[in-house]
Amino acid sequence: MQRYSGFSLVKHALSHHENWERHWRNPTPKKRYDVIIVGGGGHGLATAYYLAKEFGVTNVAVIEKGWLGGGNTARNTTIVRSNYLWDEAAQLYNHSLDLWKGLSQDLNYNVMFSQRGVLNLAHTLQDMRDVQRRVNANRLNGIDSEVVTPEQIKEIEPALDTSKNARYPIMGASWQKSAGVARHDAVAWGFARGADALGVDLLQNTEVTGFKIRDGQIYGVHTNRGDIEAHTVGCVAAGNSGVLAKMAGIKLPLESHPLQALVSEPLKPILNTVTMSNHVHGYVSQSDKGDLVIGAGIDGYLGYGQRGSFPTIEHTLQAIVEMFPMFSRVRMNRQWGGIVDTCPDACPILSKTQVKGLYFNCGWGTGGFKATPGSGHVFAASLAKGEMHPIAAPFSIDRFNTGALIDEHGAAGVAH
Amino acid sequence: MFHIFCPYCQEYREEEEFHPSGQAHLVRPADPASVSDDEWGDYLFFRDNPRGIHHEMWVHRLGCRKFFNITRDTTSYEILETYRMGEQPSITAANAEVRREQGVQTADGGWQTVGAQPENSRLNEETPS
Ligand SMILES: Cc1cc2nc3c(=O)[nH]c(=O)nc-3n(C[C@H](O)[C@H](O)[C@H](O)COP(=O)(O)OP(=O)(O)OC[C@H]3O[C@@H](n4cnc5c(N)ncnc54)[C@H](O)[C@@H]3O)c2cc1C
Ligand SMILES: [Zn+2]
Repeated sequence: MQRYSGFSLVKHALSHHENWERHWRNPTPKKRYDVIIVGGGGHGLATAYYLAKEFGVTNVAVIEKGWLGGGNTARNTTIVRSNYLWDEAAQLYNHSLDLWKGLSQDLNYNVMFSQRGVLNLAHTLQDMRDVQRRVNANRLNGIDSEVVTPEQIKEIEPALDTSKNARYPIMGASWQKSAGVARHDAVAWGFARGADALGVDLLQNTEVTGFKIRDGQIYGVHTNRGDIEAHTVGCVAAGNSGVLAKMAGIKLPLESHPLQALVSEPLKPILNTVTMSNHVHGYVSQSDKGDLVIGAGIDGYLGYGQRGSFPTIEHTLQAIVEMFPMFSRVRMNRQWGGIVDTCPDACPILSKTQVKGLYFNCGWGTGGFKATPGSGHVFAASLAKGEMHPIAAPFSIDRFNTGALIDEHGAAGVAH
Repeated sequence: MFHIFCPYCQEYREEEEFHPSGQAHLVRPADPASVSDDEWGDYLFFRDNPRGIHHEMWVHRLGCRKFFNITRDTTSYEILETYRMGEQPSITAANAEVRREQGVQTADGGWQTVGAQPENSRLNEETPS
């Protein structure tokens, strides 16, 4: 792999930047791998990268039906934070946040991780109680959460309407300073390039159409480019996880909904941080390019259409204008949707299944981007050892029958 | 945006008047105390999540406030039929393809293809027999 550095930039300038290496190979599928990852989104690619780098499993294929990162990974609003309520979730997201901090260096790829902080606003007394409870829980878990007052919020984000005249006046917020945003395509590409360099085969335009299962043990997958064998298969397919599970005769407690986002025309720097509000139900940040990045809610019905409904856009923009009246005349540039796999307790599933060797990593729903490195890391450890990593273990699919749910609806909030 | 035919009001109304309420035809175990954890968990949390034909419950929230069912394609978003609580769908995953070739009728005998894929829009041009 050609390493990126200031020096390489200067060197390649001399040849007009025409001789940069391709990011990854485009290999023909082998007959057999040690591990197959289904789904070339951030989580699948991160899993493959850590399998090769940390656990010495390099005979790995990532099978992606479209292009790398073309699912939710490069459709999200890029918020990264770890201020979740329960110990299990806090550990998982905080493990991820720790990895984010060194990710650009580790991958030798600039993922533009920017720790500009996240505000979660409270507009009612109940919101305030929830914020306080969550902040206290966070601090016990070593997460840098704090409760801030409207005056402090005004200082952090002057463009936000913190006046008493707002329809839903802001009473306070939780503030996680180490949270922020990252560039989502770069995350997919960085993990892909790193995995490829370690020998992982990235098979794009290859769709898994079935599983090869004998005596309750997986031994491969059917694809539109022929059968490929492996005794360990990890499915990391977000909104399409249920479709894959069905092929293996497994039921998942997931529902797939469209979730959409919008970006505005580019503006001069106006937002310092990420602002989210469960109550008025909107969230916004500003990309380094200058566009406002606005996330909407999910459509309430099931859908695989990768587009969202107009009423949802309207509600979202109402919320944004409620929080930032000055944005009322900003024009929106683009809008799109992704299919999110929502789970009943708003927590992911990282789990073995009744088919030996077949694992699922899914259910991240509206908020899994932030977990990309952590999820990949603990899932890789689980696939390599055949035992779920301690951080992943509580997220077993059994919890929906034992009752040990991890209810993060509060922290997942407007989602993300 | 959906244009939904309410089988109680007997009228097409805008999506905004309605609210989706999840999978239809779920049966609550008759004696919850006697079912196993597995059965209870399945009833509470496990839902069909098909890429294709789905039967779902909606409520006409800002209209008659009654619950009813919709059969809808989750990929084309085409609403294939709406029917009252207690009734069974006439279009299912098993017979949908045949139905589709014949053309699909909605509750009022018309065609509803809002949000549908172009290949489905030709259904609009055919007259139901
Ligand atoms: C609009 C929007 C905003 C969001 N905002 C945030 C946010 O601010 N912060 C946050 O933390 N999270 C956010 N999320 C959620 C986040 O994007 C996802 O949880 C996360 O990216 C999931 O990553 P993944 O790799 O698991 O899935 P994906 O990136 O969706 O990858 C799954 C891949 O599997 C492939 N696949 C599916 N079926 C098959 C098959 N049969 N064969 C081969 N390949 C297959 C798909 O093509 C896809 O590329 C948002 C999501 C959306 C849609
Ligand atoms: Zn009605």
